[in-house]
Amino acid sequence: MSLQSLDIIRRSATTTPSPQARGAHAGEVAKLIDVSKCIGCKACQVACMEWNDLRDEVGSCTGSYTNPPDLSSESWTLMRFAEYENPDSGNLEWLIRKDGCMHCADPGCLKACPSPGAIVQYANGIVDFHEENCIGCGYCITGCPFNVPRISKKDSKAYKCTLCSDRVAVGLEPACVKTCPTGAIVFGSKDDMKQHAAERIEDLKSRGFEHAGLYDPAGVGGTHVMYVLHHADKPELYSDLPANPTISAAVGVWKGIAKPLGLLAMAATAAFGFLHYLRRGPSEVDKADEEAARRELENTP
Amino acid sequence: MTEAGKSGEIVRYSYATRVNHWIVAICFILLALSGLALFHPALFWLTQLFGGGPWTRILHPFVGIVWAIAFVLLAAKVWRDNFLNSTDRQWLGHIREVLDNRDDGLPVGKYNAGQKLLFWLIVLCLLGLVATGLCMWRAYFALPVDIVRIASMLHAAFATVLICAIVVHIYAAIWVKGSVRAMTRGTVSDGWAWKHHRLWFRDVTRGQQK
Amino acid sequence: MTNHWVDIKNADLVLIMGGNAAEAHPCGFKWVTEAKAHNKAKLIVVDPRFNRSAAVADIYAPIRVGTDIVFLGGLINDLLTSDRIQHEYVLNYTDMSFIVKDEFEFKDGLYSGYNKDTRKYDKSSWDYVLGDDGFVKTDPTLKHPRCVYNLLKEHYARYTIDMVERVCGTPKDKIRLIWDMIASTATKDRAMTILYALGWTQHSIGSQNVRSGAMVQLLLGNIGIAGGGMNALRGHSNIQGLTDIGLMSNLLPGYLTLPNEAEQDYQAYLGTRTQKPLRPNQMSYWQNYPKFHVSLMKSWWGDAAKAENNWCFDYLPKLDKPYDMLQAYELMHQGKMNGYLCQGFNPLASAPNKGKLIDAFSKLKFMVHMDPLSTETMEFWKNYGALNDVDTANIKTEVFRLPVTCFAEENGAVVNSARWLQWHWKGANGPGETRSDIEIMAELFHRIKALYEKEGGTWWDPVRDLAWKYSNPKLPTAEELAMEYSGKALTELRDPKDATKVLRKAGEQVAGFAELRDDGSTACGCWIFSGAWGPTGNLMARRDNSDPTGIGNTIGWAWAWPANRRVLYNRASCDPSGKPFDPTRKLIAWNGAAWGGADIPDFKADENPAGGMGPFIMNPEGVARFFARGNMAEGPFPEHYEPFDTPLSDNPLSPGQPLTLNNPAARVFKDDLAQIGKPDEFPHVATTYRLTEHFHFWTKHGELNAITQPEQFVEIGAALADELGIANGSRVKVTSKRGHIEAVAMVTKRIKALKVDGKTVHQVGIPIHWGFVGAAKPGYLANTLTNAIGDGNSQTPESKCILVKVEKA
Repeated sequence: MSLQSLDIIRRSATTTPSPQARGAHAGEVAKLIDVSKCIGCKACQVACMEWNDLRDEVGSCTGSYTNPPDLSSESWTLMRFAEYENPDSGNLEWLIRKDGCMHCADPGCLKACPSPGAIVQYANGIVDFHEENCIGCGYCITGCPFNVPRISKKDSKAYKCTLCSDRVAVGLEPACVKTCPTGAIVFGSKDDMKQHAAERIEDLKSRGFEHAGLYDPAGVGGTHVMYVLHHADKPELYSDLPANPTISAAVGVWKGIAKPLGLLAMAATAAFGFLHYLRRGPSEVDKADEEAARRELENTP
Repeated sequence: MTEAGKSGEIVRYSYATRVNHWIVAICFILLALSGLALFHPALFWLTQLFGGGPWTRILHPFVGIVWAIAFVLLAAKVWRDNFLNSTDRQWLGHIREVLDNRDDGLPVGKYNAGQKLLFWLIVLCLLGLVATGLCMWRAYFALPVDIVRIASMLHAAFATVLICAIVVHIYAAIWVKGSVRAMTRGTVSDGWAWKHHRLWFRDVTRGQQK
Repeated sequence: MTNHWVDIKNADLVLIMGGNAAEAHPCGFKWVTEAKAHNKAKLIVVDPRFNRSAAVADIYAPIRVGTDIVFLGGLINDLLTSDRIQHEYVLNYTDMSFIVKDEFEFKDGLYSGYNKDTRKYDKSSWDYVLGDDGFVKTDPTLKHPRCVYNLLKEHYARYTIDMVERVCGTPKDKIRLIWDMIASTATKDRAMTILYALGWTQHSIGSQNVRSGAMVQLLLGNIGIAGGGMNALRGHSNIQGLTDIGLMSNLLPGYLTLPNEAEQDYQAYLGTRTQKPLRPNQMSYWQNYPKFHVSLMKSWWGDAAKAENNWCFDYLPKLDKPYDMLQAYELMHQGKMNGYLCQGFNPLASAPNKGKLIDAFSKLKFMVHMDPLSTETMEFWKNYGALNDVDTANIKTEVFRLPVTCFAEENGAVVNSARWLQWHWKGANGPGETRSDIEIMAELFHRIKALYEKEGGTWWDPVRDLAWKYSNPKLPTAEELAMEYSGKALTELRDPKDATKVLRKAGEQVAGFAELRDDGSTACGCWIFSGAWGPTGNLMARRDNSDPTGIGNTIGWAWAWPANRRVLYNRASCDPSGKPFDPTRKLIAWNGAAWGGADIPDFKADENPAGGMGPFIMNPEGVARFFARGNMAEGPFPEHYEPFDTPLSDNPLSPGQPLTLNNPAARVFKDDLAQIGKPDEFPHVATTYRLTEHFHFWTKHGELNAITQPEQFVEIGAALADELGIANGSRVKVTSKRGHIEAVAMVTKRIKALKVDGKTVHQVGIPIHWGFVGAAKPGYLANTLTNAIGDGNSQTPESKCILVKVEKA
């Protein structure tokens, strides 16, 4: 599944270094989603379904334009629609956000994954699931601060956006980028995307969105999917985009210090026993004990 | 214990109890191996014992259920014998002598304080592991991710404590010669009982006379 | 579109009103985002709902459905009273200075000449005053009380901002802000484009909605310039082609018109259509009507069309009335039309008043369908429970279903909104037993002809003589048909100025309609398409996207009618002396000897500007009309009339006049009038529309579309939902005078209750895409609710305004 042209720099549940010789010398990639240009047409959803051969079920209307109603193993991206009455301007705003994997520089899913090579990070920054190595434990879900991975009901494997790593590997942009009719989704090197975002932010500020800004959260080391937001000071307006996403502390402990400490505790306990045995030897029942027991039995009325 | 033993032996565990114990023990071994496989990358190779990663993930919780039920049955039989009492304080006060194999003459019932504490520790770990394990069991339960996160961390913590406790338990069986046969043949020698569990020895032997 | 999709990027201001470009035209909408991103353009959306376009707009204002003329009339009034108009443009390129007949008047909501019984106007007073020279009298000082400028000012004086707020329900501060933004484009260096669609046309006053918008654009000098224009966004990929090629019942190809019953005389027929200039030195391009008409007749009837038989004029049907779809269903309903050949159309879903349609179709003897997909109309006889509760046993209509290929399975050209004919190539063969529409129609023709030949018949000459010169008569190709509509020389064409010069050899394709002649020496199936397949080949297949000036005209990409022109009226982008009003957005200019530039001049190429020829060359005036003369059914100036399903009992613009509550010249059948809803019974105002995820009633067959928008819903404002106790996601019943539907309620803040004429009006949104066949969840046809009353000019039904009652299901 992994492609030779994409260089894996990080691999789940692997304690030795991944290949280092080849790097992303042209810069890491990023997808920039300009929320202010997005019309919520869902072409990206359809392109994703087509390129990746995904078909979610025909669901029902739940009182929202968001369909399917949530990410799933067959829906790797979807538009979330939020109606916001801006108290400052008095205007209604329909904030439409394309949800999906953020491809964190410090991916919580990869950190949480117990299966070697089920989650990898390429030199270009893409975080990819290799389902053939996935054991279906769902630890990636606990690791993700963006609530993205989903376990399939059919095969119990975890799925999420691949940032079209197969397309990117051969020099194409992700399918959603290719199809976006308004240019709300663009793709390139992360540096270029930041520069493009800066222009967009300037434009938004000129239109009265003084808190316009780039969403590239430092808590996860930055992301390879970034947003231009009109209200960068309140990302939670956009269907609960986390303001300061980080890998949960519990997962940090579990997948961090707990691992060596746990093994150490077990080894130490065993070692204590072993050393104790070496020093003190067994506690044996000797003849005297047997005799004492016999005597006592005889004396028992 | 009313089961009659041969001369010089005292029955410590019935056949049913022994079977029960070994179900618990085997389940524990399977759980520890599969759990450790998913706990630390260095031990992921252990998944091969279970037919690979996915099977390890599938089997672990089911084994856990069997383990928990078996343990509850076992505990139902022995929990009364594990209440701590005043003699236990005395035993704990002489823990050094115990460790140094110089523990002659301490009044100990069917279980010594160490065993009792271990028992309650295992009970605690069992409850913790079952509760947190169910939270993590995605195939059947869907809980908020924050709960699953904390559950995952606690599961690892409980498991670590339990494994250490069981290491102690196993070591104790190795260290205190004559113990293992209690769980294999079901009996201990009179001398063993007299040496390690004198109060119990007296209890049992008097009962036998009656 | 007067302009084209790419040109939207040149706009400084984009007004989306009467449409929802982001929702229904997401790909074309990219040019709006381009204008915003690279031209600092602002986007205004005025719509009953805060929709997907509004989501990316700089300013949004709500409006009650069916009141656009009030909003635009108020704007016209505001522009005129504050004198924020493009003076040079208005004075030179419009009819503002023209003097109107004294008999023309407007009183109590009616224009002069109204006949209550026929619901029609005698339009003879709606005209200019002609001088002895035969030309219109004008007053360039605009002082004359009867000049168009003063009549216009007087007409819209009633449309004050207070009136707009009262009738439209739009908050005054929003109106002010939007009008000021629009007025800013009256300068020569700023352009506004208007993007509209069926939100303006599907009204009993639809044509006048569009005209109001055009008048605003003329006042601001925004017609004919890059980044300006009146841009109708077409809802079907080839609906532009449909009208171009003359598929309206009263049209011939290229907007030539069928004769009516009174026009039995060929010369008289030509006479009224061959318009002489109304001002000196004007082009009045319809003077060439005979050339286009004769070439059409030669194309259709070949050698049989001769000067002696008036080029087969008698072969053309003479209309006693328009036979549009509303008329056809009315006739079926009356039992007077009993066969129906339904080609690529799903009227049960698309046409208004489903109940009436079921009755009408049930009276047919036969119905033939040619469609790639299964449609509701094909299955109108089948009981689908509550969704289509018909008594199948009592429907005797015999339905035939002929599967046809779809666009991707055949070659051909599609005309887009920008008038581009873009050739496309077959991607795959049709599945199973499908045949192309052309193949089926050819076979039908041969069988009818054979039947006539065998059995004879009355007046079958038009069938007998029809030219059918295709290599394979059973299967004419798209290429042959394209060459036919583009036109060719039948005999050698010589230069009229120099008879020794041969312009075209016999049989050669012509390069454009300028080469067409009225002597039978040329044939052309659709004069506006002439040149699409020229002497050098198929220009529609060109794919050169080079744009040397950066204005976005790409004249080497495909081919645009007319004459590959990309921006209509582009002469108006220059001042009277021929210099561009705004040199930074130059389309064409006069270089002292000829017109030229980034576009094909919409003008006589060598006409010296000093001659005073106007830029609106199709009009005999040479200028654009504020005063429509007799060209509109309901009057020369757009006037507000309430929708037929209106929440008001009185028209605030002509109070106390029951006759003018609704459009007095609308297209109304008696039975439909009986099905008008009243607000006491149906208190809520609903409008129908499309969603991005679907395309009409086709894509509910598509799994991907069904996944992204699976189930029918209606949008209800939070205030109304509170009032009725409707929870988001619950089911509601929506009833109109014509029928009811049930759907999931989507409770939203995006629809606000409006204060209209002192009362609260709740609006309800009804997306149309569901039906009882397809991959999406079955639903009700939204057109169960709509009414069949139509615009008096276009016969378009008033699908956008419905009175309904919403309740919990």
